[in-house]
Amino acid sequence: MSLFAAAAEPAFVVPTLLLDISFLALLVVVAFAIVRMRSLFGIVMLQGVYSLVSAAWFVSLDAVDVAFTEAAVGAGVSTVLMLSAMLLADRKSTPVPMSRQFGALAVVVLAGAAMLYAVGDMSAYGDVNSPANAYVGMDYIAKTAEDIKIPNVVTAVLASYRGYDTFGETVVIFSAGLGVLLLLGLNGNSGRWVARPNGQVINDRSAPSAGLAQDLRSDEQRAEAET
Amino acid sequence: MTPFMGYFMLGSAFLLIVSMGLMLGRLLGGPTLYDRLLAVNSFGTKTVLFLCVFCFIIDRPDGVDIALLYALMNFIATIAVLKFFNYRALDVTLSGADAEDAR
Repeated sequence: MSLFAAAAEPAFVVPTLLLDISFLALLVVVAFAIVRMRSLFGIVMLQGVYSLVSAAWFVSLDAVDVAFTEAAVGAGVSTVLMLSAMLLADRKSTPVPMSRQFGALAVVVLAGAAMLYAVGDMSAYGDVNSPANAYVGMDYIAKTAEDIKIPNVVTAVLASYRGYDTFGETVVIFSAGLGVLLLLGLNGNSGRWVARPNGQVINDRSAPSAGLAQDLRSDEQRAEAET
Repeated sequence: MTPFMGYFMLGSAFLLIVSMGLMLGRLLGGPTLYDRLLAVNSFGTKTVLFLCVFCFIIDRPDGVDIALLYALMNFIATIAVLKFFNYRALDVTLSGADAEDAR
C-alpha cells in the first residue's frame, strides 16, 4: 500500500536555492571586477560573462524567455556593439577623480531608493487580486487555445493579442539601429585604421562597392580633361 | 528521478559553477587579452553545460534546445572578437570573388 502511495507522489524535485545563491555571488564578483578594471577590452569580455551568468540564473529561476533574451542581446549583440564602439575609442579608460564621482553616487543612491520604495507596491507572488491575475490576463490564458490555437500564452500575447505593439517596437528598434549604422558604420574608423586582411588594404577606394563609381579613364586621359 | 540521481546532478551543477569561478579568476588575472578571450569562451561553454544539467535537474529535458542556442550565441561574440583583433574592423570582406576584384 505504501508503495502505491509513494508512486502517486509528484516526481522528486531537487532544491535549487543554493544554485541561485552561487549565481548571485558570481554576479557580484563580476560587477565589482567591471568597476575596478581599466582595460576596456577586459570590460567588454566581463560584460559578456555577466550576461551569461545572469541568463543561467534566469533559467534557474524558471524564466526561460527572459534568459533567452538576455543571452541573445547581452552576450551576443552587445559584445559586437561594444567592440565596434571600441574601434572609435581608446583601449584604456582613465580614472575619474574622486571629486567628480559623488554626483554619480548620488544618482545611483536615489535610483536605488526609488526602486526599493516601489517594491512595497508590488503584489505578492501568486496574489489572486494582482493586475496580472485579475483582468485581461485571465482572458488570455483562457482563450489562447481556441483563439490563436498555439500552446504558448506568452507567444500568443506578444505576436497576436499585442501584435501591433510588437510590430511598433520592432520598427522603432530597427530604424534606430539603421540610423546608427548609417551615421557611424560598423567600423566607424575609416579615417584612422586601415584593415589589412592578408596584406590587402581595405578602405573606401578598394572596397567592392567602390568599383561602381570608379574612374575608368587612364592617367593621361584624366590629365587631358583637367587642362 | 531517484533522489540519488537528483543530488548527483545537483553536485555536478555545483562543480560547473565552481569551474565558472575558476574561469572568472583567469578572466580577472589573465596576463594577456588572449587569456581573457579564451576564458570568456570557456565560460560560455560552462554555461551551456550547466543549462543541460539543469534541464535534467528540473526534469524538463527539452530545455537542451536552449543550451544549443546559447552555444550559437557564444560563437557570434567569439567571431566578432577575433575579427576585432585580426583586422581591427568588424565589417571586412574575408575572401572570395569580391576580395579578388578589390585587389
